[in-house]
Amino acid sequence: MKIIRENAPALALIGAMVLFPFAISLLTGEPIDAGTPKFWQGMLAQVFILAVYAISYDLLMGYAGILSFGHAMFFGAGGYVVGILLKHAGWSLPAATLAVILSAAALSLLIGVTALRVQGVYLTMVTLAFAQMMFVISEATDFREWTGAEDGLQSIPVPAWLSPTHQRLTFYFVSLAFCILSYYLVRRITQSPTGRVLVAIRENELRARAIGYNTFVYKLVAMVVAGIMAALAGMMNALWNLNANPNMLATSTTINALLMTIIGGAGTLSGPLLGAAFIHLLGYGLNVAFGPRWPLLFGLVYVAIVLFLPYGFMGAWRSWLLKRRLKM
Amino acid sequence: MTHLLETFSLTRDFGTFRAVDSVNLRVQQGTLHSLIGPNGAGKTTLFNCISAVLPPTHGRVHYEGRDITGTPLHRMTALGIGRSFQITNVFGNVSVLENVRLAVQARHARASYQFWRRADDLSEFEDRAMHALKLVGLAGRERQLAVMLPHGDKRKLELAILLAGDPKLLLLDEPTAGMATEQVPELMATIEHIRANGNRTIILVEHNMNVVMRFSNRISVLHQGRILAEGTPDEIRANDAVQKAYLGGGF
Repeated sequence: MKIIRENAPALALIGAMVLFPFAISLLTGEPIDAGTPKFWQGMLAQVFILAVYAISYDLLMGYAGILSFGHAMFFGAGGYVVGILLKHAGWSLPAATLAVILSAAALSLLIGVTALRVQGVYLTMVTLAFAQMMFVISEATDFREWTGAEDGLQSIPVPAWLSPTHQRLTFYFVSLAFCILSYYLVRRITQSPTGRVLVAIRENELRARAIGYNTFVYKLVAMVVAGIMAALAGMMNALWNLNANPNMLATSTTINALLMTIIGGAGTLSGPLLGAAFIHLLGYGLNVAFGPRWPLLFGLVYVAIVLFLPYGFMGAWRSWLLKRRLKM
Repeated sequence: MTHLLETFSLTRDFGTFRAVDSVNLRVQQGTLHSLIGPNGAGKTTLFNCISAVLPPTHGRVHYEGRDITGTPLHRMTALGIGRSFQITNVFGNVSVLENVRLAVQARHARASYQFWRRADDLSEFEDRAMHALKLVGLAGRERQLAVMLPHGDKRKLELAILLAGDPKLLLLDEPTAGMATEQVPELMATIEHIRANGNRTIILVEHNMNVVMRFSNRISVLHQGRILAEGTPDEIRANDAVQKAYLGGGF
């Protein structure tokens, strides 16, 4: 009972998300696998996938204080690895998923061991350089046969049971489960002794070393966990789009993670979740209302949020709670 | 005589500037040994070389008879060496208790890698952190954010973080810096209590001469990176060279 009471908001949200497709179907009177219900299942499935990507970035930036400008390379790598293995090597999805995890672990270890030798803005630059390298490789015509070069890797053969076009409801629930599991995993890590050390590193790395922590190892752990999660999110994204393209590796994709994290509230986990939903749904709404000029308006919204809610949605909410408690 | 810490021709250069120049320092077990000297004499650099924050250019550091030169910073607490910083250096946006709890946890490397366990379940760490907070007089403030503490309390928190690592040798870099005058005796009494009750050794960098003369067992005077004189407070007070270089005749 205690567990249920402590996690009431999270459980309510999960319940709402499970019922959501059925509720929309009832409200609109349309069948669950067509029309409006199908459309909104797709919108939310994308939100769930982006949320995992944002959460993984929050572990790095919000908790360990590592400002990486290369996070898109993991997102993109996940997409390309699953795409190439399904399309060209004929692997099964479980085997390809394992390959995504292992390749992301190897990549993040390599980047971590290299980039974590330097700090602050230098680390940001090194991660950006690695990501740009991957971006250039993805567009290189030398590998067109496998990657599709600048056109991207098209028509990934997603298994029929998970097809985002024909089995939308299944895809919706798989994305939801993926999001819940990832959130739970990162939450466990941030509340563990290891997670507390990450916060200590963010607050004051020299002091963390002086009291006896080998901070390099902890930062590397954060990088590997975040890298694997971002790669899995990229894999899900490729399965949803049925393609992997260079844009997944572009700097704008990293900036997107940064925006979702900052708007939602860095270092809060639930914030980036909200941020992902906010950006995706607002982007859609502005696009419908104003057409392709929508990023201009989104820019204004972003400036307003940074000015008035500098710690994001969750940061503002928490400080409001704190102020109320102090008054009482 | 047992020397807990000894340095042999310890030298540190910054480019062409020699900040610490062939320092041979011997610190006896269980004493409070002060380092004094004018600004820029090399006191903090010497501290940094001893505590592995900076590698020395030449020279060795021996601790408990072993050569520890080149030991990584994060291994120093395991050796029993803890240091505080001249500029207040705490984890700002976490609670006072968490600051100290982290230092306790650091002594248990294996616990720190348990990423699947809840940190709040490790209550023995919290108990020991509370004990250290009581010792420095911060009990009752443990739930506050460290960044919100007044300056004097931050200095006390520094000391509690240090104590939580249970060091045999404490390197204190101006623990009273920026504190209100009336708070200084209380903090020094705490430091003296810590030294006497745990059979700990303290090396102190301090500018407050009343404090240095009253609490030190031995004093080394640093001037332009070199040790100018060493002795008991009385000997230092009577030393002409020291008077000229530093004390200005007032003591």
